[in-house]
Amino acid sequence: MPDGLFIFFAALTLGAALLLVVSRNAVTSAMGMILALVGVAAEFFLLDAYFLGVLQVLVYAGAVMVLFLFIIMLLDTEDATGAYPWKTAALGLATFFLLAASVLWLFHWSGAVSAVKAGATPPELSANPAEFVTAAKAFGRLLYTKYLLPLEIAGFLLLVALVGVVSLSKDNPETKA
Amino acid sequence: MENTSLAHHLILAGLLFVLGLTGVLLRRNLLVVYMCLELMLAAATLALVAFSRFNRTMDGAVLVFFVITVAAAEVAVGLALIVALFRKRGTVQSDALTTLRD
Repeated sequence: MPDGLFIFFAALTLGAALLLVVSRNAVTSAMGMILALVGVAAEFFLLDAYFLGVLQVLVYAGAVMVLFLFIIMLLDTEDATGAYPWKTAALGLATFFLLAASVLWLFHWSGAVSAVKAGATPPELSANPAEFVTAAKAFGRLLYTKYLLPLEIAGFLLLVALVGVVSLSKDNPETKA
Repeated sequence: MENTSLAHHLILAGLLFVLGLTGVLLRRNLLVVYMCLELMLAAATLALVAFSRFNRTMDGAVLVFFVITVAAAEVAVGLALIVALFRKRGTVQSDALTTLRD
């Protein structure tokens, strides 16, 4: 039986994700998304990944979702109101329960994932220089040694995205229909 | 943390992923579809962190760092595309965007 905190935040995350999927109002969906991301960040904290939890709240629940809310309110889309048509609802429920049952089978009943608890480093990974530590310092050391090239590429990717977004959102007269 | 095993975290990540997938398949508002995609990405990062923690190695956590970076860039570009689409077609409902089908 898992811990109480795990169950609490898992229920919070799943409930908020359900709100995101079923809500007809896009702003309500965004609120559910923020709550779900905060729940995932709390699970990161429970997994001792404190730096990632803070990063998740700052970048995802903060910057990304503010961008989403801004665009939702800017576009002011007209949504259908009222209940879902029964065909959509039945299809959605069937899809969800089928896939959820397969997830439960794969991770619980099939026995493919052994019930390991967090313990010592397994022998096949004992030569790994990157042992799990909670301090953010370990991230910095790894980012500038083993993962230096991916870090440079990520920085370059952010630059490309910046330039791309500016050129996409510029009012280009020759592409006007 | 003593009683929570790897399988519990994987089940939570899998259920989150399935919820996101259901949303992507069923919703018609492109912005909501995009948020559901982001939810699937968050579920994958949760599984990565769980594997990283239970194998006592840092590599999965560093990969999540890069996933968050790429996701931030991807959201910016995707939302710019949706705004450009809205300016051209005046809608973000995917069942109204059928130019290629007709």
